[in-house]
Amino acid sequence: MKHWWWKSLAVALLLVASIAAFWVPLSPALVHVSPSRIAPGEVVIHVTGYNTHFTPEMRVFIENDGQQVCASMIETIDATHARIVMNVPQGLRASMSDLSVQGLLYPGAFYSDALGDGIENDGCGNVNKIELQTPGFTFPNRSILYESIRNLHFHVPMWFTMIVLMGISVWHSIKGLGDNSLDRDRKAVSAVHVGLLFCGLGLTTGAFWARATWGAFWTNDVKLNGAAVTALIYLAYLVLRGSIPDAHKRARLSAIYNVFAFMLLVLFLFVVPRLNAIDSLHPGNGGNSGFNDLDLDNRLRVIFYPAVAGWILLGTWMYDLRERSARLRELTEQ
Amino acid sequence: MKTAEIAQLLRLEVALDLRQRAAWGGMLLYVVSAVYVCFLAVKGGLGTATWNALYWIILLFAAFNALARSFQREEGGRQLYLYTLADPRSVVLARTVYNAITMMVLSLLSLMFYALFLGSEVLASADLPQFLLAVVLGGLGFATVLTLISAIAARAGNGLGLMAILGFPLVLPMLLAVMRASKLALDGVAWSVTSTYFGGLLLLDVITVTLAWVLFPYLWRD
Repeated sequence: MKHWWWKSLAVALLLVASIAAFWVPLSPALVHVSPSRIAPGEVVIHVTGYNTHFTPEMRVFIENDGQQVCASMIETIDATHARIVMNVPQGLRASMSDLSVQGLLYPGAFYSDALGDGIENDGCGNVNKIELQTPGFTFPNRSILYESIRNLHFHVPMWFTMIVLMGISVWHSIKGLGDNSLDRDRKAVSAVHVGLLFCGLGLTTGAFWARATWGAFWTNDVKLNGAAVTALIYLAYLVLRGSIPDAHKRARLSAIYNVFAFMLLVLFLFVVPRLNAIDSLHPGNGGNSGFNDLDLDNRLRVIFYPAVAGWILLGTWMYDLRERSARLRELTEQ
Repeated sequence: MKTAEIAQLLRLEVALDLRQRAAWGGMLLYVVSAVYVCFLAVKGGLGTATWNALYWIILLFAAFNALARSFQREEGGRQLYLYTLADPRSVVLARTVYNAITMMVLSLLSLMFYALFLGSEVLASADLPQFLLAVVLGGLGFATVLTLISAIAARAGNGLGLMAILGFPLVLPMLLAVMRASKLALDGVAWSVTSTYFGGLLLLDVITVTLAWVLFPYLWRD
């Protein structure tokens, strides 16, 4: 129990976080509204929702500069599609209008160019009357991201785990330079092996996420370039090891290179993205909103932190196993 | 820090290189050939971005070529002899300084040839002092990183091939920063914008030299 409690903790955290990452539904949202222009007169609007339960009794209105227009007829096709008829009056004050369906807001839904001094407010936007849905525990539903928001719980922990493993590696390398021990060298290289695996997983999960949200598997983004170069550096570390036959010399030279490699990892993953953040498409960089802006009620964090802890523990566990099997291989070879 | 020892080692480097003038001739010929190949391949005007990129690519390869040999001289007995005579830290500092001077001279010379063959219209609208500072700092950066890498490669007993594999990813942050800085300088951007990159470059140089200073004794020991 004393030795494997953290392994059970890793399994428990990963199970909970991964199941929740797939299980938790997205909160309802309006994803598509057509047409995008309205003019005074009768307008037929098609609304597409996601995870919604449209009913003919739902409250639908257009909001224009604080003034509301109610729907004159609502026809629900199914739970996520509705046809709405509106009588748009003359004299809307602002050119952009928002659409509200069942308490869900689609900001800037319509554009109209025939403007006036305002309309008679029919008061159907009265907030108290909106039948608020209580969807329970949900993830934020944002355009572009949509369901891919779940990837946050897989993509980001991979990088955290890689950084921890490379940190373990450089720690053993520095220690090994001091005491010339081959044990330290074995630990350093085992950590790099597992760290590279997590780097590969981070790149893969990132590539699929990029395809879904940015439109391409690979883009010219500072963080992507940094990750790619970090991978190259650690692959070069393995090549360096492979080219030195003498074990003690290999331990010393690769430890020196490892210190360099870790310095560049820190530079590439922490300093450079902040220096020219303009080049980044990543959330939280270059003026993009970060996940903390989406995650106002901390629902992502509740899953994200256990996922990070779980993956880091799993990575450490894998490193431990790899190191022990390498030690056994050395012992059997002797 | 033993200044006298470093100066002595520096003098040794200069004397050895003066004795082997073919090495410097080789480096220059390499740059001139590379520039000439580019001239033949390009034929005609280059945009600022391409002009800048091509220059740095030529300089990068020239740096690898020039600095790869910086620890090849010490093989077997000579390394041991030097080890007994001098502090390894003085050795690495002297060699870094010597390589930095080499790279500065080489980068300015290659800029001259490059402007001669591939046109200097680009430089007309540039902030020249800024661009020269970028060139000098870039050469300095390549020298600091590649000195340590060439030492590792030479100790691993596998010269140029290993040097390229180990060096390219490590030199990349330097290259990216210096390319960006020199592109901005060529566009004639104000100091207030480019100073971030120059500061970053200097910081990278300082970190690299410090790491070399700390790590080299371990590398030098056998």
